[in-house]
Amino acid sequence: MLEVKDLHVSYGGIRALRGVNIEVPDGKIVTLIGANGAGKSTMLRTISGLVKAEKGSIVYNGKEILGMPINKILELGIAMVPEGRRVFTNLSVLENLKIGAYLRKDKAEIQKDIEWVYELFPRLQERSWQMAGTLSGGEQQMLAVGRALMSRPKLMMMDEPSLGLAPLVVKGIFEIIREINRQGVTVLLIEQNANMALKTADLAYVLETGEITLQGTGAELLTNEAVKRAYLGE
Amino acid sequence: MKAVKTPEESRLISWISFFAVLIFLGLVLLLDQLIKPTSSVYMLMTVLQKGSVYALAAVSMNLLNGYTGLFSLGHAGFMLIGAYTYAIFTIPSTSRDTVYQYFDAVVRFSFPETFSNAMGPVGTALGVLVAVILAGLLAAVFAYLIGLPVLRLKSDYLAIATLGFAEIIRAICQWQKLGPITNGSNLLKSFARTSKFKVAVGGLKLTLSTFVPVLIATVSIIIIVKLINSTYGRAFKAIRDDEIAAEAMGINLARHKMISFTVSSFFAGVAGAMMAMVLSIAQASNFKSAMTYEILLMVVLGGIGSTSGSVIGSFLFVAASEWWLRGLDSGSFLGIEAPNIFRNGFRLVVFSIIIMIVVLFFRQGIMGEREISDLIILRRRKRKAGKEAAK
Repeated sequence: MLEVKDLHVSYGGIRALRGVNIEVPDGKIVTLIGANGAGKSTMLRTISGLVKAEKGSIVYNGKEILGMPINKILELGIAMVPEGRRVFTNLSVLENLKIGAYLRKDKAEIQKDIEWVYELFPRLQERSWQMAGTLSGGEQQMLAVGRALMSRPKLMMMDEPSLGLAPLVVKGIFEIIREINRQGVTVLLIEQNANMALKTADLAYVLETGEITLQGTGAELLTNEAVKRAYLGE
Repeated sequence: MKAVKTPEESRLISWISFFAVLIFLGLVLLLDQLIKPTSSVYMLMTVLQKGSVYALAAVSMNLLNGYTGLFSLGHAGFMLIGAYTYAIFTIPSTSRDTVYQYFDAVVRFSFPETFSNAMGPVGTALGVLVAVILAGLLAAVFAYLIGLPVLRLKSDYLAIATLGFAEIIRAICQWQKLGPITNGSNLLKSFARTSKFKVAVGGLKLTLSTFVPVLIATVSIIIIVKLINSTYGRAFKAIRDDEIAAEAMGINLARHKMISFTVSSFFAGVAGAMMAMVLSIAQASNFKSAMTYEILLMVVLGGIGSTSGSVIGSFLFVAASEWWLRGLDSGSFLGIEAPNIFRNGFRLVVFSIIIMIVVLFFRQGIMGEREISDLIILRRRKRKAGKEAAK
């Protein structure tokens, strides 16, 4: 399980996170909602090691991972699906998946996992030899998720998976998130689409200008008046 | 369109390329025997020699600029290191004092000589090979040292920094104080050169003047292609497409950029050594930034991110500038008599116009990002589809 304690992160003088505490229990779907600029992406990027923190601690399964290099954090089983998909457009779907398993050496197991990802996303198998840049937005999001799964994560962090996708496609993506979770992967999800995220999540946090202002189960926050006003548009 | 090959198709392509390379090498070996330096078509051999030098230089630059997305302009500098290393270590001891006429040479042995004393004629060839590899290694070492500070930079800044370092290398090479090693600003000559490459197999005397540079370039390019198709190559392309995503996949950016930079420079060094052996002189003033631009032009004309494009681009470039358009300088070209006013220089005007036309009509270079293999595969798929439709 992942435990973030009193995390402070600054970007060029701006304090993006000011003492954030969250917990991500094993096997759950946890979501972090909040407006633009609340510090959601910073949070994920700090956990994955892309951004350095000022102070605080991030403990994963009893190990302090703050300050560890990215590849070590990945090897511990924390993978990230970056915001805006960021697939490698000039590589084929299969090559993208192989890059996802970049740090792994077990060829036979990698092959098995490619088949597993294809099972989750049959569409990707059909497009296996196509350049990732020629895929539709939804397919690229599937590929980004599949690529992250290729590192065999125990915890998968997703940054705005619904960004710029049609409502029907978004529904499909959330079904996949639940399916992945059923197969034993813990999910930490960042969303602006608060409605969908809260319906899917077991636990939820509301982040506002670098601080956690509310927390509870997904169902609790769905009925919370403040959340309704600010994020659900009622 | 770029074709992504199925395993079956890539096996087919490897066989086709294998035989194509064998046939090409055999053909070059044959031409080497048939066309003598006095022949009227000897220009073809010159083009093959120089073309293979530039092809290797362009492919190695493409590895860095096209596949890894690092815009570097230091190629001439690394080629200079290669050329000088090769020259210094292959000058025979008897000619050393005439070459270094103003200095007291420090290096007093030559690899071909040392090895041939120990092993006979085979040793000479081995000595040349060792000198070529050493040329590459030294260029790679310099690349590593320069890369440590410079590879933190991005795009234009990286280009400016590498360009500067290349000029510094050239200036240091011409420095009088280094005369005992580099012969200062004087040229190096009398070393092992392609025009002397001959072997006797049984009673048969074989000329290898063109075959050797073509062979070295072919082997080097095959190695680069293997690297591009390996997991390292995949990581390079991932870095080019999206650095942040690549980093999130656990790819060590600094390490991979350094690998790409040093490998590219290694082969630039080898190309420099080949340039020395083809031209039979090595002089620092030849390795100006203009040379880097020429190579960059070949890469762009061929298509950034296409190895076969770089090879085609270099051979076309060399053939056009050295051979096909030569007639413009002497006044008659394809039966057209040029007026005196155009002489000596008109060739460059025509050449520049041709380049502009190519760039206008092939926005992404001749090959774009495709390889010749992609074209073969696409044609094959089309034919298959046509057959199935006919059924």
